Amino acid sequence: MSNAPVDTGRRRFLTAATAVVGGAGAAAVAVPFIKSWNPSAKAKAAGAPVEVNINKVEPGQLIRVEWRGKPVWVVRRTETVLNELEKLDGQLRDPASQEEQQPDYAKNPARSIKPEFFIAVGICTHLGCSPTYLPDSFGEQVEGVTAGFFCPCHGSKFDMAGRVFQGVPAPLNLVIPPHQYLDDNTVLIGVDKGEA
Amino acid sequence: MVKNIVDWIDARIPMTATYNRHVGQYATPKNFNFWYFFGSLALLVLVNQLLTGIWLTMNYVPTAEGAFASVEYIMRDVEYGWLLRYMHSTGASAFFVVIYLHMFRGLIYGSYQKPRELLWLFGMLIFLVLMAEAFMGYLLPWGQMSYWGAQVIISLFGAIPIIGDDLTLWIRGDYVVSGATLNRFFALHVIALPLVLVVLVFLHLIALHEVGSNNPDGVEIKQNKDENGWPVDGIPFHPYYTVKDIMGVAGFLIVFCYVLFFMPEGGGYFLEKPNFEAANPMKTPEHIAPVWYFTPFYAILRAIPDKLLGVVGMGLAIGVLFVLPWLDRCRVKSIRYRGLIHKINIAQFTVSFLVLGYLGAVPATPELTVAARIFTFTYFAFFVALWVYSKNEKTKPVPTRVTH
Repeated sequence: MSNAPVDTGRRRFLTAATAVVGGAGAAAVAVPFIKSWNPSAKAKAAGAPVEVNINKVEPGQLIRVEWRGKPVWVVRRTETVLNELEKLDGQLRDPASQEEQQPDYAKNPARSIKPEFFIAVGICTHLGCSPTYLPDSFGEQVEGVTAGFFCPCHGSKFDMAGRVFQGVPAPLNLVIPPHQYLDDNTVLIGVDKGEA
Repeated sequence: MVKNIVDWIDARIPMTATYNRHVGQYATPKNFNFWYFFGSLALLVLVNQLLTGIWLTMNYVPTAEGAFASVEYIMRDVEYGWLLRYMHSTGASAFFVVIYLHMFRGLIYGSYQKPRELLWLFGMLIFLVLMAEAFMGYLLPWGQMSYWGAQVIISLFGAIPIIGDDLTLWIRGDYVVSGATLNRFFALHVIALPLVLVVLVFLHLIALHEVGSNNPDGVEIKQNKDENGWPVDGIPFHPYYTVKDIMGVAGFLIVFCYVLFFMPEGGGYFLEKPNFEAANPMKTPEHIAPVWYFTPFYAILRAIPDKLLGVVGMGLAIGVLFVLPWLDRCRVKSIRYRGLIHKINIAQFTVSFLVLGYLGAVPATPELTVAARIFTFTYFAFFVALWVYSKNEKTKPVPTRVTH
């Protein structure tokens, strides 16, 4: 044991330096624990795009396909339904699709690439339930509108372009997934044009 | 012989001293009433959950493919599996019944007040962890309500600006609630959260025994000690309250076993009907309601028409309870000696909580939504009013000794 006086400044510096290095080590060790909660490579692969053949979809019909485990709707809208869309603007939260709920190429009145085909993620923007398609009886929910989507969980309502009505819990329009037409009859859901 | 063994141990760890400090010579106010059953009952239910939970994991399969079937397997093919599973599911609801009554006791007798703030905080943390534990446990049977309930609750985090979407993705570990989510919830439900819970219960008890128990009169018994330093209004925890608590256990078990054997589904409130159907990501049940113990907070979430504010409101409803010791500025603890306004306020708070609990369990209609908004307001009004009037509350004189 040396009898030299204790240099408290030096001792404090060494303690602080050790604590900082140790803290950095602990933070680095936290990384694998946190990152391991991200979707695994397998989950990411299962989220690959899906191809849908749309030439057998009848007017007014809705088909569901699964993409990333979510239901994606493909609806063939009739002329009547498309004409109805324009009249609803006053009753909607975001009639002009200002919120980023769709790719740029679907930021139009019908919220689609081809007006005839409406493609959307069938999950309510409120709390993730899947709304019900009411092709004829939507008038019970919103007077004077034939077709629309009604969420059974908390009563949110969407028109045939997936735009949310006012006065319901859902804050946003339905999400339009990235998609592109490979040819007239085939649509690829999950990637924008140019990415594929 | 026994004395030799005890002496041998005491020379190595403080066994007898610890026993005396926390049980044998722990001075407890002699005027406890039935409200004081619920702490020991919570401990009993915790042991029940740990034991039955460990046994359930022996046959449960935590995968999206196997979970639902393994629960049915436990129910039908494992000897007494049905009993273990119902003890666990009924125990979950019993846990919240007991905890809510325990918290209510603290509320009416001012047990959160100085010097018991930390005791109250540990208790609130236990409540919070218990809610997380119950929520994650409810996903495990992988029924329709498990699945969609989790879907709804996890998307609450999506309301957080900027990081919301990435956060929900990180919690789920997939683009939807999936087997990855189930597996991690299983790990948290059976290992991580129970460990935290047990540590918090330990701290809660240490905090209690450091400051001593409150009582229905809100009198500090430590301020009036005899010549030996023993509080004159105190009696040793054992045998007086161990025996009394056994009475409480007997009464509790009568009710618990009735539910367990005659109505284990609790009328669709303990185990919801859609949960007898396997999880189906493509089909949403008609009406998604959380289990009854979450419904008051869920009603507040639904009452607020904005998604982010709804989540904030729900969080605040729980968060405000944490600061209760600092909102109540009155130095009289027990409701017995407090002003009329405080009695009315606690009564309206109790009604608000119960009505919100009902409203959160039924489908929302425009009229009920209005009702939910009114009672959300009165729920929060309790805390604001308490802070305002408690400063100069007109109270009755508090006795120096406990009464009976």
